[in-house]
Amino acid sequence: MHVFLTIDWVLIIEKAILISIIIAVSLIVAMYETWAERKVAAVIQDRRGPNRAGPMGLFQPLADGLKLFMKEEIVPNLSNKFLFILGPGIAMLTAMMTSAVVPWGGHLILFGKNVYLQIADVNIGILYIFGVVSMGVYGVMIGGWASNNKFSLLAAIRGASQIISYELAMGLILIAVLMLTGSLSLRTIVEQQLDGTYYVFYQPVGFIIFLICAFAECNRTPFDLSEAESELNMGYHQEYSSMKLGFFLFAEYVNMFISSAVMATIFWGGYDIPILNDYLFGIHHGQNLLALLEVICLFMKISVFIFFFMWVRWTIPRFRYDQLMNLGWKALIPLAILNMLITGFVVLYKQYGL
Amino acid sequence: MQALTSKAKQVERKPMNFWEKLYLPAIFKGMGITFKHIFRKKPTINYPEKTRPFSPVFRGVQVLNRDEEGRERCTACGLCAVACPAEAITMEAAERLPGEEHLYREEKYAVKYEINMLRCIFCGLCEEACPKDAVYLSETIVPSNYSRKTFIYSKQEMLIPNPLTEPEAYAKARGLRPEKND
Repeated sequence: MHVFLTIDWVLIIEKAILISIIIAVSLIVAMYETWAERKVAAVIQDRRGPNRAGPMGLFQPLADGLKLFMKEEIVPNLSNKFLFILGPGIAMLTAMMTSAVVPWGGHLILFGKNVYLQIADVNIGILYIFGVVSMGVYGVMIGGWASNNKFSLLAAIRGASQIISYELAMGLILIAVLMLTGSLSLRTIVEQQLDGTYYVFYQPVGFIIFLICAFAECNRTPFDLSEAESELNMGYHQEYSSMKLGFFLFAEYVNMFISSAVMATIFWGGYDIPILNDYLFGIHHGQNLLALLEVICLFMKISVFIFFFMWVRWTIPRFRYDQLMNLGWKALIPLAILNMLITGFVVLYKQYGL
Repeated sequence: MQALTSKAKQVERKPMNFWEKLYLPAIFKGMGITFKHIFRKKPTINYPEKTRPFSPVFRGVQVLNRDEEGRERCTACGLCAVACPAEAITMEAAERLPGEEHLYREEKYAVKYEINMLRCIFCGLCEEACPKDAVYLSETIVPSNYSRKTFIYSKQEMLIPNPLTEPEAYAKARGLRPEKND
C-alpha cells in the first residue's frame, strides 16, 4: 500500500496524456497524408483528385479506412500464421516508436509545472531513432518471408538491402552533425539552433544526403522498387489484404511524417520560429502561447517536407536495383565520409588554429 | 545492314557529362516543370454539376416525340425494332378507341414500348428508320442504377412532355435539342 504513495502519479498521467495525444496526432496526420498524396498527385497531373467524399474530399481517408476494415482478411494457407500477422505489426510499431523522442514544442506551464512537449528526452535521442528505424527492416523482411511467395521474398530482400544500405550514409551524416552539436539529444540540438542559425547552413551537403536517405528509408519513389506494382507484383505486401495491408501502407506514411519531423529538427531548427526571437516572445506574451506557435511552426515545416516527398514522387521515374545500390554504396557513402572529414577539419581548425 | 528508309537516325549514346552524372540538376529541372503544372487550369469537368457541350448529332437516350397538338407520333410499326442491331426495342400495338383521338395520331399506337438500355448501343439506326419522326436520340446520358430491371425504359419514361398540358417541361426538354426539320 505504501508504495502507491511514492509513485509519482503526476508524471505518469502527464506522460500518458502526452503519449496518447502524439499517437493520435501521428495517426491522423498519416490519414490525411493519404488525402494530401492524392490531391498533390492530381494537381501535378492536371486533374482534380478526390472532391466528392466531403468538402474538397476531406472525408476520403475515413472512407478508405472504413473500406480497409470491411474487406475480407485473406491469409494464405501455407504461410506462417504468427509471422504473417506480426509483420505489419512490427512495421507499425517501429514507425510509431520513433515519435517518442522528437521535441514537438518548447514547454507549457500547466498548474505551475513545466511540461516539456516531448515524451522522452533521452540523451541518446538520435541514436534511439536510428536503432528503431533499423528495427523497421524486420517488418519488411518478416512481411515478405511470411507470405510464402517467392516474389514477395525477393522484393522484401531488395527492400531490406536498400534500407540498410542507406542507413549507413545517414549515420555518417549524423556523425558530422554530432561534431557540430556535441550532443545526441534532440532537444539540445533544437536549442542550439534557436537563434536562427540552422544546421542546414553549416552542412548543406549533409542535408541533401540525409534527404536522399530519408527517401530510401521510407521506400518512397524514386526508391520504391520493393513495393512497385510493375516490379515483382506489388512487392512484399502483395499477399496482404484488409487492415494488415492498411498497416503496411500506413506505416509508410507515418515513417514519412517522422522522417520529416527528424529532418526538420536536426537541420531546420525544429520548433524554432524563424522570424521571431523565441525567448523574448515567451516573456512578453506568455510561455503557453509560445509553445502553441512553436508546435504550429514545426508542423508547417513538416508539411513542406511532406509536400516535397510527394512532389518528387510524381517527377522522377524509379531507380533500377543496381543503380540504387550503386548510388547508395559508391556515391553517397564516399560523399558522406568526405563531408565528415571536412567538417572535422574545420571544427579542429576553429578550435586550435592551423 | 542497310537501313530501309533514309529517315533512320542514329541514336546518340554519349557518356554522361559531369552535370548529368550528378542527377540533381536534371531532377531540379524536372521538378520545376511539375511545379508549373500545379498552377495550370485543369480540364476536368465537375460532372454532374456541369456537363460538357455536346455536338448537335450526339446520340444519347431515346425520346418519343409528340406532334404540335400533343398527340403521340409513334404508331408501333416496328421498323425501329427491326433496324436495331442489338434487338433492344420491343413493343406492343393496340387500336385507337373512338374517344382517344387527342392522344394518338393514327389508328394504331404503341401500348407498350420498351427499350433495354443495357442492350442499346446508341447507334441511332432506330432514329433513321422511323417513318413518323417519333424516335430520336437526345443529349441525356444513361444514369447509373443498382439493378438491371430499372434499365428497361418504358414508354412513359421516354415520352417527351405534352406541349399543350405541360409547356414548361416540354420547352425544357426541347431546349436541349434544336428543332428537327424533316
